[in-house]
Amino acid sequence: MEHDAIAAVDWPDNHRPSLAVWKFASCDGCQLSLLDCEDELLAVAEAIAISYFPEATTAMVDGPYDVSLVEGSITTPHDVERIHEIREQSRLVVTIGACATAGGIQALRNGRDVAGFTSIVYAHPEYITTLDTSTPIADHVHVDLELRGCPIDRTQLLRTLAALLNRQVLRLPTTSVCTECKARGTACVMVAHGTPCLGPVTMAGCNALCPSYDRGCYGCFGPMESTNIPALRHRFEMLGVDDEGFDRLLHTFNTGAFEEVDAT
Amino acid sequence: MTDRTVHVSVPTLTRVEGEGAMHVTVRGGVVENVQLEIYEPPRYFEAFLRGRDRAEPVDITARICGICPVAYQMSACHAIESISDAVPGGTIRELRRLLYCGEWIESHVLHMAFLHAPDFVGVDSGIEIAQQHPELMTEVLHLKKTGNQIMEVIGGRPIHPVNVKLGGFYRAPTADELYALLPDLERAHAGALALLKWVATFDFPEIPADVRAATDYVSLRHESEYPFNEGRMVSDRGLDVSIPEFGERIDEFHVEHSTSLHSVLTTPGEPDRMYQTGPLARWMNCADLVPGSIRALADEVGVARVETNPFRSILIRGLETMYAIEEAQRIINEYVRPDEPFVDVPLAAGTGHGCTEAPRGSLYHRYEVDEAGTIADAVIVPPTSQNQPAIEADLFDFVSTHLDLDDETLGRRCEHVIRNYDPCISCSTHFLRFTIDRG
Repeated sequence: MEHDAIAAVDWPDNHRPSLAVWKFASCDGCQLSLLDCEDELLAVAEAIAISYFPEATTAMVDGPYDVSLVEGSITTPHDVERIHEIREQSRLVVTIGACATAGGIQALRNGRDVAGFTSIVYAHPEYITTLDTSTPIADHVHVDLELRGCPIDRTQLLRTLAALLNRQVLRLPTTSVCTECKARGTACVMVAHGTPCLGPVTMAGCNALCPSYDRGCYGCFGPMESTNIPALRHRFEMLGVDDEGFDRLLHTFNTGAFEEVDAT
Repeated sequence: MTDRTVHVSVPTLTRVEGEGAMHVTVRGGVVENVQLEIYEPPRYFEAFLRGRDRAEPVDITARICGICPVAYQMSACHAIESISDAVPGGTIRELRRLLYCGEWIESHVLHMAFLHAPDFVGVDSGIEIAQQHPELMTEVLHLKKTGNQIMEVIGGRPIHPVNVKLGGFYRAPTADELYALLPDLERAHAGALALLKWVATFDFPEIPADVRAATDYVSLRHESEYPFNEGRMVSDRGLDVSIPEFGERIDEFHVEHSTSLHSVLTTPGEPDRMYQTGPLARWMNCADLVPGSIRALADEVGVARVETNPFRSILIRGLETMYAIEEAQRIINEYVRPDEPFVDVPLAAGTGHGCTEAPRGSLYHRYEVDEAGTIADAVIVPPTSQNQPAIEADLFDFVSTHLDLDDETLGRRCEHVIRNYDPCISCSTHFLRFTIDRG
């Protein structure tokens, strides 16, 4: 699967594609992004048949579906089965947001004492059925396109839907947040103010939001294509952030994805 | 009584945030048990907050809920700041209220027009309402967008804002950035009024007259403002305690049918009480604090000083939306950019409590922080776990008085009962399955 491109789909002219929206372990924020497209929502609902979107409509049309948007990560045995069923019913599977693409913040459980976690939160751990891991959708089924972000960028979502509707190739950024700061003319917060920033290793897509608010990037969009984590770790050290502080920042909403690139 | 068991399945509860299930047991024409099941895949926030830095819950707990992240950010800030006796005042305090106005507008309008109104109108979605009432819904979408724009200007984005930190904000907006919102707020004011007047024409189902006996209505109450961030926790039955004391009075318990914890209110020497939070409680406890313009509007649309019918909560949401718009206008008109966007929050060890008013009810946080600023323990009590016993009690009453309905209709009407509370079970849940066992 390529992160940066989706091949044009081949449905005929005047085809009104059907859309399903699915939820796994998540906060609902990424699917809410669709309802947050206030200016475009009614046009989208006209051009695309919203066949299954329980957060928005009681009407449910059975599959198969042309496009499934999948939010959330896989954390229960039942969800492992469910994502396979969704894949079978879907022509294209598009995962939306850090939970679906990287396991989300709940992946902080991975490699840790999940039984201990359960006993911290729940009085009756025996009532809880869960896996020891939180994993991205692509660990379980083929994924056609990933939209990064915690949450996703609304404009990217709309561009994706438009590309699918118009049978166009979609290209998403593969560079770092730094390029977006340069493009919008934001002074580098790390160079100019000494503010630790994950921008150099983080995938673009948010239009460098945090630096525009005088804040360092905290990695919502996960790692960019070819990262140099050791170099940034060294830079953080020069700014007075030790290994522990750097690791903590890296291991939040995209902990699974950053762990992978940090290890290589 | 026969041995026949009837199972009806409504596979997914719709138009709520997240998914859950409901199970009803009826024996010999009598409702024995009603359970709202929340199949939350556990996400363990309270566990992995341990060992994180005190600055992190602001961003981390926002991820519990995509629809009320500001509430999580505010409760986390107030809880942790209280350990250091840091109290951001003046313009920083006003900006926090303004950010909260944005969230109330967006969340309330989403719930009113897209999630709740379809129940009254008898359609499947807000998009169908837009087909029936295109002019109204154009204004409703603009209104919702205006709420999001407030959060975008102050927070950077409406879902998981990036600009909130302990002590205040990373960057304070310029006056011009805020003034630019005023034309949209003016149009939104008219849109919100139209929405309120429209929902006031709905037929509201009756509820048992004694409903108020069973539950306490709990909210923040501030001495001079309708509450967002600060105040004491009060109830219609005389509760009046500080936020830390409130934390001690909540008893959370874990029942088998749910991965969301339930809460009851404890009072020494008295039996535990079921309670609810949210618009009905806020209105009951604080309606005297809204400006005269909002009280006049309440009179106009027939909202009483005390409302207990959960079906009518949509009217209070409408009034609170109007309030949030007028409050946002006031704050922006008086805004002078502060010299510093945040106050210092010196390192201090201790336990801090925070409770703020999410659109759907009171959201309580407690953190224990050590002298290095590391979190030793975290407790989060979201509104929906506090409201869950009340939702179940409503369902019990509703099913008991509507056993003549067929299973499908009963299931659909029960969903309406649940939606009255705007439940935020997104961080919970997998399936809302309605099964009825008529025995």
